[in-house]
Amino acid sequence: MHTNSLYQEVILDHNRKPRNYGKLDHANHHAVGHNPLCGDRLDITLQLDNDQINNIAFQGESCAICKASASMMTSAVKGKSRADAETLIHEFRELATGKLDISQPNHLGRLTVFSGIRDLPTRVKCAILPWHTLHAALNSITSASTESTESAPPMPDNA
Amino acid sequence: MNSANTSLKPEISSSFDWERIRADFPILQLKIDGKPLIYLDNAASSQMPQQVIDRLVRYQTTQHANINRAVHYLSEVATLEYHNARCKLQQFINAREDREVIFTSGTTDSINLVMHGYGRKFIKAGDEIILTTLEHHSNIVPWQMLAEEKGAKIRVVPINDKGELEVDEYEKLFNERTKFVGLIHVSNALGTINPIKGMIDFAHRHSVPVLIDGAQAAPHIPIDVQALDCDFYAFSAHKLCGPTGVGILYGKATLLEAMQPFKGGGDMISSVTFEKTTYNTIPHKFEAGTPPIAAAIGFGAAVEYLTAIGIERIAAYEFDLLEYATKRLSEMPGVRIIGTAEKKTAVISFTIDGVHPHDVGTILNQDGIAVRTGHHCAQPIMQRFNVPATSRASFAFYNKKTEVDALVTGIKTVQKIFL
Repeated sequence: MHTNSLYQEVILDHNRKPRNYGKLDHANHHAVGHNPLCGDRLDITLQLDNDQINNIAFQGESCAICKASASMMTSAVKGKSRADAETLIHEFRELATGKLDISQPNHLGRLTVFSGIRDLPTRVKCAILPWHTLHAALNSITSASTESTESAPPMPDNA
Repeated sequence: MNSANTSLKPEISSSFDWERIRADFPILQLKIDGKPLIYLDNAASSQMPQQVIDRLVRYQTTQHANINRAVHYLSEVATLEYHNARCKLQQFINAREDREVIFTSGTTDSINLVMHGYGRKFIKAGDEIILTTLEHHSNIVPWQMLAEEKGAKIRVVPINDKGELEVDEYEKLFNERTKFVGLIHVSNALGTINPIKGMIDFAHRHSVPVLIDGAQAAPHIPIDVQALDCDFYAFSAHKLCGPTGVGILYGKATLLEAMQPFKGGGDMISSVTFEKTTYNTIPHKFEAGTPPIAAAIGFGAAVEYLTAIGIERIAAYEFDLLEYATKRLSEMPGVRIIGTAEKKTAVISFTIDGVHPHDVGTILNQDGIAVRTGHHCAQPIMQRFNVPATSRASFAFYNKKTEVDALVTGIKTVQKIFL
């Protein structure tokens, strides 16, 4: 178990000073993510124009892992196309569930700091919740839950 | 004995060899990442002593067969041992008769049995069911399902800032429509011991039956169902050093006899034709299919083990531990204890300023400390205290003060990382 490698300074920093925290007044996409097992909630608002994420914000009540994941996610997808964001969502889910070989090329960049989560199965949902919620928002699904597959991004066949 | 009035003074805790008791639990020798396991999640599930493990092995190696059916030797032995386990549970809670003890799969199953067997037969549209803010989800959801099906109404007893039931408000909820009370004996999230004896008596003055969810009480304080005069009492084995998958429902014989079966099949019948089935007598009427025979026998061994130590002695020891832990944690800046009732079992729910409980749990785990984090399946309590979740340290008689010290050190580490 590598808890120390998970709670790295970059994660602690995003927890202390979350980027893009708040709510966009003129969002055209919105979703609420919920982890019913722990009660965490996350609210994502975003401005999508011509399939490009021009702005994004999040707020809610959650643990450090979830908050840092949301903070880094919003920074990573801001300015990206919907298709690029979906690629990141897919790769992050693969990373968190231990299915991504991080020695191979990927688009995650600093997000690979979350690779330690694979050793803490009980915390994987905390890290994935923001991504799950972003996927819902991009697809005009207003709510996402870690315990429902309805809003979940498609997983590869071997999932 | 009236458990609501049991003295929890620790006068006998010092003269007993608790280290010897601790040695009965092989799992306590485990190391987590090289650190000794400090198991403080007993409210979720307690650990099993060697005596119970040995009993399960003996059953499984020399006594196993299906019960109540065949005439061969093993079936007779298994049937007898299963019956003996029922009698041990009867003695443990001082039930009048062994047939008043139904083996179920656990507390949740027991409460569902009462909902289906009693509630669906006797509760009608417009009737009211009283529950409390302290209930565990398993004593909320079945009654909501019933209320929805029947058009009945749930009314809820509030709690004060210490996490104690407001008994005056409970009494005000009664009227001619009140038909049932579901009441937790000890709160799993806060440790509050509720004054159930008085509440049961009050309900009976209105001819209303009372179900007690005793999941968190039975392992820690003496239970006497005759003294309490409760109508139903439910708890699980795995919180009393026994196996998972088994629990009991105590019910007064007259009530159990009047109820309809919950599940059909197996020994719950006396005769079956395609035209009509007649049901077996209690307790068999409520034990459909092959029961958890090994687990029930293990349950019997577990209560025998606890009785040999003495539940009063366990209560006193754990109270001493609670006082010590409360003192240590309440001295810590930024730590807030949720649930400060006058009467408590050894459960401490707490929050740390600026740190989410999930992160607390993960960091404590680095030091081998097992606490529960989350809403403890008691979301109305979290809403009452306006917190999304808490960290919960829940103690058993095999825990010790040095483990409380380790928890305090662990919390300091959490604060150092996050603040």
